[in-house]
Amino acid sequence: MKRDLLLFISFSLLVMVAPQLFSGGYLMNVLVFVGINTMLAIALNLLLGYAGQISLGHAGFFGLGAYLSGILTATYGVNPWIAMPVAAVVVGCLAGLIGFPILKLKGHYLAMATLGLGIIMYIVFNETVELTGGPSGLSGIPNLKIAGVTFDSDVKNYYLIWGVTLAVMLFSLNLANSRVGRALRAVHDSEVAAQVLGVNARLLKVQIFALSAVISSLAGSLYAHTMTFISPASFGFNFSIELLTMVVIGGLGSIYGSFLGAALLTLLPEILRGANDYDIIIYGSLLIVMVMYMPGGLVRGIPILFRKIVRKGEGDHA
Amino acid sequence: MQFDQILQYTLSGLSTGAIYALIGIGFSIIYNATGIINFAQGEFVMLGGLLTLSCLELLNLPLWAAIPCAVAVSTVVGILFERLAIRPLRHPTPINLVIITIGGSILIRGLAMLVWGKDTHAIPPFSGDNPIAIGGATILPQHLWILAITLIIIIINKIYFYHTISGKAMRACSYNRRAAGLVGIDVKRMVLFSFIISSAMGAIAGIIIAPLTMTAYDVGVMIGLKGFCAAIIGGMSSGISTVIGGLILGVLESLGAGLISSGYKDAIAFIILLLILFIRPQGLFGKADSERV
Repeated sequence: MKRDLLLFISFSLLVMVAPQLFSGGYLMNVLVFVGINTMLAIALNLLLGYAGQISLGHAGFFGLGAYLSGILTATYGVNPWIAMPVAAVVVGCLAGLIGFPILKLKGHYLAMATLGLGIIMYIVFNETVELTGGPSGLSGIPNLKIAGVTFDSDVKNYYLIWGVTLAVMLFSLNLANSRVGRALRAVHDSEVAAQVLGVNARLLKVQIFALSAVISSLAGSLYAHTMTFISPASFGFNFSIELLTMVVIGGLGSIYGSFLGAALLTLLPEILRGANDYDIIIYGSLLIVMVMYMPGGLVRGIPILFRKIVRKGEGDHA
Repeated sequence: MQFDQILQYTLSGLSTGAIYALIGIGFSIIYNATGIINFAQGEFVMLGGLLTLSCLELLNLPLWAAIPCAVAVSTVVGILFERLAIRPLRHPTPINLVIITIGGSILIRGLAMLVWGKDTHAIPPFSGDNPIAIGGATILPQHLWILAITLIIIIINKIYFYHTISGKAMRACSYNRRAAGLVGIDVKRMVLFSFIISSAMGAIAGIIIAPLTMTAYDVGVMIGLKGFCAAIIGGMSSGISTVIGGLILGVLESLGAGLISSGYKDAIAFIILLLILFIRPQGLFGKADSERV
């Protein structure tokens, strides 16, 4: 427990000093996205890695949060600080309602149903033109403001986003180590066994689905307020797949793994600049290779690989 | 609403429905033989169309030769996919299989984008495009091609599954893989067969629809998902109920697009998918089966 706390504190310190090391500029903007994607990856990981329930529609919840916040503030002039929780509550209720029938399904069927849900939401973002602005997007979303400080620069946004991301991480780490986290893992391994031990598996699955949607919605609201412009293209099927890739590459059932996956997949396109069109080939190959050779993800795979190399090195010396 | 209009939408819905049926049967064949939902199924539809284009334009083959070539190459891709991605998988849990077939689908799509670019391509219709009048509606010769070829494929399928040894072996696998193995059926070979048949069927579907809808590297996603809807309505059967599922879906979608709103055309299929999964996960015609719930 103490080690976990120490790890979290050192991670937070690293996050807090990072802007000093990189001295602003374009990279700050990328790191803001790493934060948002980390939140989203953690949200999906709680569902997929801990409870073992797949969702291929999480970009929809992310988009719903962004659009609710965006429409409430830009069109109706609601204070962003009120719009964000309102969006989160609406998305949470919606996910809870749809969760009951959808989480009755398992495996491939759940994957297809959530995928369909995501696509329906994407179509709605595109077609309700009077509300969302349709394919050309919604602009003029205000930045967040608190006590005279407006979050309008990359550095300010960095601290805002990462502040929330760290809070989400701490919450998720605690949840994973709690009674609920153990119940989730029990449902993951065997729903029947979990139920025999007194876990209300059905309710628990719906609750974690709703929680996961709420975190995604929160990330969406923050995205809308930092970007000040949103369009449906950011919330399509491909982004749901990208989130899945982050979680799988980082490591299912590991909060820090989600950060690793999100960081890698957000930085990769920046590193591979010019190779823009190749990114989907890289995602596809990464997914296949990781599931085949590193099913535990980077967070477990790297230490194993490291130990293997060290052992091999020792063998050579002897 | 005029009768002519409804007839028109129904007729064009039937031919798209036939395509969904072919893709849906492809999904079902693999699912029944292996328990896998192959998320890459739609990519073979895309490959069929684009490979035919290449055969026509680069190799200057006539249409009757280009089509078998395109189907053959797509089938080879299907075999490679099964050999390289599905068979070596050490922990074939449903989630791993979902992720790996999604990975395969993205990879195939990405490679297609490299080969054919991002443009939309047109393929000439099989026998001109002089409209034929039926009642108050008109259809294109290509619509008839689609319906005829679909019918032929369904008949061939039926003969294969019920009157040949390897077809019967495959049906045995779908009832019980372990028992099939015990009576000496090579289950792994049947898995490979199922990938061969469904990638070939997907490719044919892609070829016959391409003259109507055009084709591009990314058409596979949406059409593949709709094929899956057809299979779900049909209760994952590789027979007539999936065909009916496809036709129902095609007609509803076409009527919905024509009479309600074309923007929500794609949403209709997914709303039907969700409703069927929620209310009758065993399909419209199936008996209750706890496996999917």
